Amino acid sequence: MVPLTHYLGLSLLLFALGIVGVLVRRNLLTVLMSIELMLNAVNLNLMAFSRQLGDLTGQIFAVFVIAVAAGEAAIGLAIIISLYRLKNSVNLDDAAEMKG
Amino acid sequence: MSAALVLFWFLAALVVVGAVGVVVMRQPVHSALFLLLSLVAVAGLFVLAHGEFLAAVQILVYAGGIMVLFLFTIMLVNVRRQEKERFIHRQAGVAILVGLALYAVLAGLLLGEVRTMAAHDLGSAADPVRLASTVVDGVTVAGNSQAVGWSLYREYFLPFEIASVFLLVGMIGAVVLGKRTMEKVD
Repeated sequence: MVPLTHYLGLSLLLFALGIVGVLVRRNLLTVLMSIELMLNAVNLNLMAFSRQLGDLTGQIFAVFVIAVAAGEAAIGLAIIISLYRLKNSVNLDDAAEMKG
Repeated sequence: MSAALVLFWFLAALVVVGAVGVVVMRQPVHSALFLLLSLVAVAGLFVLAHGEFLAAVQILVYAGGIMVLFLFTIMLVNVRRQEKERFIHRQAGVAILVGLALYAVLAGLLLGEVRTMAAHDLGSAADPVRLASTVVDGVTVAGNSQAVGWSLYREYFLPFEIASVFLLVGMIGAVVLGKRTMEKVD
């Protein structure tokens, strides 16, 4: 039997790695992938608590998180493609018009 | 150490290796493959947490759908020619510090929680049968997929429908954004 805290510790590490990925990378695609990592960390947490409490609500929540992740990936990648058409680059620093 | 625990550590190692690979690999396509490794290992952890249906959904949606989208986008935007550029941001040092600080704060919280749980003896998990059975018209039906489906269509029907509308909007949005004529609009 795996203790709850093992799951929580792993998901914590995964979330921190996702945050570092978002902040460190300059490529928009890998930033989006790091966001997927963070969503996975959240799902892992939900599943762990669902198992711990014997309650299906966590699994239902994870279904919705996966649905939102799919929508987010589709829209995000479409935005990346149209940005690439506009700027000919997928580098975050090339899309800094909003910087004051 | 029980078999489940050995499996957990093995899958956890794969998840972490995949996540580190996503962050440190120079080529986006390598990052994508490491992300795939991480996602599949997370699906294995779902099985370990008695979420067999979610594990299947994880493989189908993430490994089957989202990864294909990522790989197609990588192919379309042809990022290979930027090989000479630096791929790590100048703020990397600060970013890693922020990540470490977040990790330290949350790990501290978790360790405090572990102490409380040990004090109150809350460590053991609930009976897994509760996640893998559902009562339909007085008859107990076994299976995690049945249980999730029952709950989804009975108790969470409105959120389920909202999610389907959300996915429709996302699909239309992706098509509109991806259309080549967008450039002429503005």
